[in-house]
Amino acid sequence: MNVSSLILARTLAERFRSAFLIDDRWLLYFKGLKNTLLMSLFAVLIGIVFGVILAIILYTKKKTGKLKILSAIANIYVTVIRGTPVVLQLFIMYFIVLMSVKNGIVVGAITFGLNSAAYVSEVARAGLESVDEGQMEAGRALGLSYGKTMIKIVLPQALRNMIPALFNEFIALVKETSVAGYVGITDLGKIPGLIQSRTFDYLFPLLFASLLYLVVVCLLTLVEKFLEKKFSKGDRKIVYKKRFGGKKKCATQ
Amino acid sequence: MCDAVKEQAEPLIKTVNLCKSFGENPVLDHISADIYEGEKVVIIGPSGSGKSTFLRCLNLLEAPTEGSVFFEGTELTNSSDLNEHRKKMGMVFQHFNLFPHLTVLKNITLAAVDARLHANRKQKLKIPKKQIVAEEKEKAMALLRRIGLENKADAYPSTLSGGQKQRVAIVRSLAMDPKVMLFDEPTSALDPEMVGEVLSVMKELADEGMTMIVVTHEMRFARNVSTRVLFMNEGKIAADGTPQQIFDAPENEALKSFLSKVL
Repeated sequence: MNVSSLILARTLAERFRSAFLIDDRWLLYFKGLKNTLLMSLFAVLIGIVFGVILAIILYTKKKTGKLKILSAIANIYVTVIRGTPVVLQLFIMYFIVLMSVKNGIVVGAITFGLNSAAYVSEVARAGLESVDEGQMEAGRALGLSYGKTMIKIVLPQALRNMIPALFNEFIALVKETSVAGYVGITDLGKIPGLIQSRTFDYLFPLLFASLLYLVVVCLLTLVEKFLEKKFSKGDRKIVYKKRFGGKKKCATQ
Repeated sequence: MCDAVKEQAEPLIKTVNLCKSFGENPVLDHISADIYEGEKVVIIGPSGSGKSTFLRCLNLLEAPTEGSVFFEGTELTNSSDLNEHRKKMGMVFQHFNLFPHLTVLKNITLAAVDARLHANRKQKLKIPKKQIVAEEKEKAMALLRRIGLENKADAYPSTLSGGQKQRVAIVRSLAMDPKVMLFDEPTSALDPEMVGEVLSVMKELADEGMTMIVVTHEMRFARNVSTRVLFMNEGKIAADGTPQQIFDAPENEALKSFLSKVL
């Protein structure tokens, strides 16, 4: 009897037991989930901070002609990161650049964060450019410095416009971290393989791991909707909603 | 007599051979002008004559290609303290440029509080931040009362009409206690029925003695409120005189032709 007929001979209940209950294997999924979330969370933080900084450099160069050298470096960075596969970037970080770092999750968070920053920078640059130039002018005319006008006036409006595209990027990022298994990080994506190697059965491990990713992504979408609502203070649509109880839609803007 | 006084006093704003070109396209052609404290200068001229560009060069929102701008005797064009000078030059835009993510009150206090905190640090005064915020809020409320919009303090700009927005934009600049107010076509983006409320705030300001430079197409305002009218044509100041000289006895051919179209 070969392996596949052995599996077919088992009942679903047995397969469920071996996927989750025996040796407390269900814990493995959540351990993997924890690593995935840790890696994603720090990657998102690195990605947003570094990405917005890159975007501000590129935007400033475009609008004022300053920061020539920095923006050239930023451009090269974005081109290289977007032009190479994240798996290879992970290998380069794990085996070469950060070889002295023992903790795979740290390496993963840094790699995915730096990778995400390149994509976030494009999203953020578009966000900055979507803010009317009169906003910068009004801030500067009131005597606020370029940096202060950027932080207090332009960036908050840009972030609001960026939220959907930004969450798109984060959702992609969470799922992308599943390649971390290539360098031996036990993230959620690696768990089905681990369990299958003991039970010779992929069915429930793959379904359940996918389900967990799905739940994470759905939660992210909820956060997105919440933030969109929170940041839309002063938005025209909301004003109309309040006035007309959401029944009437605003035709413009 | 009037000229003699002017000779002695230092102009508040002075431009010397101011040039500005966008690419190959010259917009301002060696403009030298003196503007004195208390003057209400209205700049008129056909579209594309460089009125707005000239105004925007005065606080360096537009960097001149050549020439210099002096404010209170300091050359702005190579000043390292540009932000400090800009605080004393209020500016009102055609499209209001209120900050849509902030309430009306915050729009008014944001820069004013920042300026006070900055001065606090620089002069090592130890006024608590809370007190500064409270004082600026009080001042902003007084300004809002003045334009009859104190009930809009916590509203967002998107809920205001165009005329209300522009009035808020004016008091936002006033909150900085400016020495001069620059108006860049403040009524051009308004519905006709709202022009009056904005002009009347501006007139009040003029009556209080504020130095004003106004780019506008409102000829009645120019005639009734201004003390001096500049007519710009093809990047130059083609005529400079009192409203009576400009409107009742125009000498310049281009000015005559312009007035015949707008009056």
